[in-house]
Amino acid sequence: MQQGGQPLFLARRSYRRRRMMDAAKMLPVLGAVLVMIPALWLPATTPEPDTAHGMVYLFGVWFFLVLAAFGLSRGLAPALEAEEKPEGAGEEGN
Amino acid sequence: MPFNILVAVCLTYVILLFLVAFVAERRAQRGRLGWLRSPLVYTLSLSIYCTAWTFYGAVGYAARSGLEFMTIYLGPTLVFVGWWWVLRKLVRIGRAQRVTSIADLISSRYGKSNLLGVVVTLMAVAASTPYIALQLQSVTLSFGVFAAETPEGWALPDQGATALWIAGGLALFTILFGTRNLDANERHHGVVMAIALEAVMKLLALLAVGVFVVWGLADGVGDVLARIDASPIADWPLQPARWAGLTFVSAAAIMTLPRMFQVLVVENADERHLATAGWAFPLYLMLMSLFVVPIAVVGLELMPAGTNPDLFVLTLPLAAGKGKLALLAFLGGFSSATSMVIVAAIALSTMVSNHIVTPLWLALRQGSAREPGDVRGLVLMSRRVSIGAVLAMGYGYYHLSGGSAALASIGLIAFVGAAQVLPAMMGGIFWRGATHVGATAGLLTGFAIWLYALFLPSFGTGGLISPHIMADGPFGIGWLRPQALFGITGLDPLLHAMFWSLALNLLAFVVFSLASFPGPMERLQGVAFVNVFDQAPGARGWARGGAEAEDLLSMSQRILGTEEAQRFFQGQAAGQGKAGYLPDTTPDFIARLERQLAGSVGAATAHAMIAQLSGSASVSVQDLIAVAGEAAEIKEYSAQLEAKSEELARTARALSAANEKLTELSVQKDAFLGQISHELRTPMTSIRAFSEILMESDLSEQMRAKYAEIIHEEARRLTRLLDDLLDLSVLENRKVQLNIGVANLHDLISKAVTAASNTRPERNFVVQRDFSTEHMPVFTDTDRLVQVFINLISNSRKYCDAERGVLRIEVKRRGQQLRVDFIDNGSGIPKKAQGLIFEKFARLTDTSRAGGAGLGLAICREIMANLGGDIDYVPGQGGAAFRVTLPLQRKVPPFDRSGAAQADLNDL
Amino acid sequence: MAQQHVLLIEDEPNIAEAIRFILTRAGWRVSLHGDGSDALALIRDAAPDVLILDLMLPGRSGLEILADLRTDSALAALPVLMLTARGQGRDRDAAERAGASAFLAKPFANADVLDAVRRLAGGQV
Repeated sequence: MQQGGQPLFLARRSYRRRRMMDAAKMLPVLGAVLVMIPALWLPATTPEPDTAHGMVYLFGVWFFLVLAAFGLSRGLAPALEAEEKPEGAGEEGN
Repeated sequence: MPFNILVAVCLTYVILLFLVAFVAERRAQRGRLGWLRSPLVYTLSLSIYCTAWTFYGAVGYAARSGLEFMTIYLGPTLVFVGWWWVLRKLVRIGRAQRVTSIADLISSRYGKSNLLGVVVTLMAVAASTPYIALQLQSVTLSFGVFAAETPEGWALPDQGATALWIAGGLALFTILFGTRNLDANERHHGVVMAIALEAVMKLLALLAVGVFVVWGLADGVGDVLARIDASPIADWPLQPARWAGLTFVSAAAIMTLPRMFQVLVVENADERHLATAGWAFPLYLMLMSLFVVPIAVVGLELMPAGTNPDLFVLTLPLAAGKGKLALLAFLGGFSSATSMVIVAAIALSTMVSNHIVTPLWLALRQGSAREPGDVRGLVLMSRRVSIGAVLAMGYGYYHLSGGSAALASIGLIAFVGAAQVLPAMMGGIFWRGATHVGATAGLLTGFAIWLYALFLPSFGTGGLISPHIMADGPFGIGWLRPQALFGITGLDPLLHAMFWSLALNLLAFVVFSLASFPGPMERLQGVAFVNVFDQAPGARGWARGGAEAEDLLSMSQRILGTEEAQRFFQGQAAGQGKAGYLPDTTPDFIARLERQLAGSVGAATAHAMIAQLSGSASVSVQDLIAVAGEAAEIKEYSAQLEAKSEELARTARALSAANEKLTELSVQKDAFLGQISHELRTPMTSIRAFSEILMESDLSEQMRAKYAEIIHEEARRLTRLLDDLLDLSVLENRKVQLNIGVANLHDLISKAVTAASNTRPERNFVVQRDFSTEHMPVFTDTDRLVQVFINLISNSRKYCDAERGVLRIEVKRRGQQLRVDFIDNGSGIPKKAQGLIFEKFARLTDTSRAGGAGLGLAICREIMANLGGDIDYVPGQGGAAFRVTLPLQRKVPPFDRSGAAQADLNDL
Repeated sequence: MAQQHVLLIEDEPNIAEAIRFILTRAGWRVSLHGDGSDALALIRDAAPDVLILDLMLPGRSGLEILADLRTDSALAALPVLMLTARGQGRDRDAAERAGASAFLAKPFANADVLDAVRRLAGGQV
């Protein structure tokens, strides 16, 4: 079914961009799941002290999220560029 | 480290901040924005999330509760990596609707209801005041660490005085740089730059202390990890509910804290900056958190028992004898505290002045939108006073609470308070069914529970809530105990309050939204918010109303400032294909004007002010359905049609304006011969009659002289008329020889004022000038320019009907253009005649007393056209107002540029 | 014979002065007025023997004043000399339609004014 007159198949580049947007929406969900994992494994209740591991794990997740967001931002910035003209583009000439 | 040096360094740092803010503001004023609005600066400005509570408190938090502190930074991280989803929409809406604060966002979404704005404002003030007090306390405490003999003692003889000085200094800074302009959508470049610098400062300081601890006090990463597992911190209990709850509430707070909303949405200069902040801000948070646990662990190990872990960042380097490092850490903490307070004060003062003071003022002066009065000054002043009041309240709170331990927990309490806005905000931007009633119910429910179950008990038993109520509930009703609502006991008090307040808030919001019916304005705004991405310029909220463009202009001038308002009106008129300053008051135009005003005074007030002028309650349901409504699924098609018909309408308007003018002109052309005939015959009549008298009768010498004088005078009048006609025809054919020279504008105006004083010399007439602005060189035909000035001044002397005539001459430089405004205090030129005054013989009165033939302004217009400039009538200035526009640099042919002109320049 | 009275309504002070001089010298009593808006009341009060009315006046045009005069029974018969500086045929027609007794285009010969006023005053007698 076609909606709102959009073409049924998108060119490769727009297709990539669409999926990129999907990924951008899913990233926080994935991040939330990863962040919640310590709540299942409950560090500090384990017989061996593993707070340090827990810390390393969390910073690992954190760094992964930063990298993923960086990649997605670079991919999505052109989409913003296309949508939005910089504010006051006309005024700056003065 | 001597205390004096600390004070000196601190003062130097403060002066540096003022300087940075000042320079940034200057650069921005000159339009050299450059890196002032780079994504990096935007990202750094977001770091006000990390207050002193982070800088000092995170280590203490880690020392007490292990890794739980990370939730406070992981929550925002999740929000930011998901920027595409929520933040982008928030920022887009914020810019499309020119939102000034979070209270304005909520008020605007729910039908521009000011009541909601007031509710959110009060909540924000209640939640932020203790938080500001906490920042003051942290700075005072850190001062105390340095002042005391031993690092453990914090006894500063006059702690209160320190806090007072800091509060005063911050108020000064915020008022200076935070209320420079009214339009909240214009950025506070100075403030943002200073905050960015402070962001760098606190990150560097914390990293430096961290590096020192890991590689200086401990033996590198491996050793630190081993020490962590060996330390008491390793025994921290992770409570899954708290872990999830805190992550959630901090994720909410990053969007709903008034100060965060301010930097995130209101100060956002470009939506694309979000793409950078999406990864860079999480990175910043990560770096801020990186060394927290190592510092806590090493601190617990090395410092004597009983040392306040909240101050390890300072006391560890001090104990190790690293005075300079401690000083850096101190500046980091100072930066964290001050930047938070500054932005919070700006955000809160905007909310208080837009939602409480201005509406009150408007209500007290009902029906007075037309009357003169400086709204702009009032709003700016109320913002300044509000800033002072917010800081005074923060200080008062600090003073009263006596720096009690209660403050330490206030960070999370404020987060939960701010999060109460979340359901109304998220519902508002994603759900069209959310209504004003639902939002009010939800907010009030959540706020009440927060107050009762978390905020008031935070003062400790025996504080604001009696121990009796805490233990047995009010009136002995057990299930209403503040920390055990509905009989559920044993929960962590924070989690308990967070759960019940947000759950019941959401429930009330949804149920009341479903059960109520939104008004037309609300539905319109709902569509505008929820569908912000697939919308054409936006739904309009006005039927074609009775508002006069001139009234709207004079009202807008009082809010936006004269120049800004005129530029806006001129732009809109040009967009409609009309010249001048008065666009047609189409619904589109009024909607745009309203949004423009909303950027200064908030949506609700802007709406109310325009409603006062147009005398209509904006849209009806029928209008609404006609305008957009839910049935507009044929949007794509109609958008195209609309674009075309708008184009057509614009052409038609331009055509009809041209046609009207042509008709007028042809009537005039027809009358032209009659006019010339009249103007020539009148003096000739006197000449002929008196010559006959002189010829035929014996007159006394005195009479003869008198009549000869009349003949002479009339002959000169005739000559003048012929000169004017010739002049005009030369000017119109652009064949005039211009003598381009350079002169000081001030001298030219003085010359004109003197020359014009011959006109009705008996008149009580004052010319007001601002000499300081007049001194600038102009390259033009100076005689011609003076001729124009003389004409305008004489006209004012002749026609200004005020008892005591006052003419204001204002000179302004706008880019490459020079503007000279001549504004008098008479009753001005009627709107109907404004289009005609520059036509030939368009004398408005028939008085020959006026002396001229009605060619003056026509000549002026031709002269200005020849000089490459323009002359316009500016309506709505409270009198007749003419604006002469002149290019600063004439495009002179190359041969004119060399030699003489250059020499003249050097002489200046 | 009592001195006859001419009321002159003309906004150009120099022209008014010239006419005043010519008529006064010929023995008329002349009063001047320069504004159209309150001219009608003035004419009623002054009850002149002859009225000289300029066509273009500030406030109210001469034609309008004339039209009002002719509907007023007391003044319907008052001889009126119209003056105009536009000198187009149209003006003369309009003046006659409005009920002017005589018409002069500016610039005029002094003798013509005198003649016209004399003729109008005589006609009334």
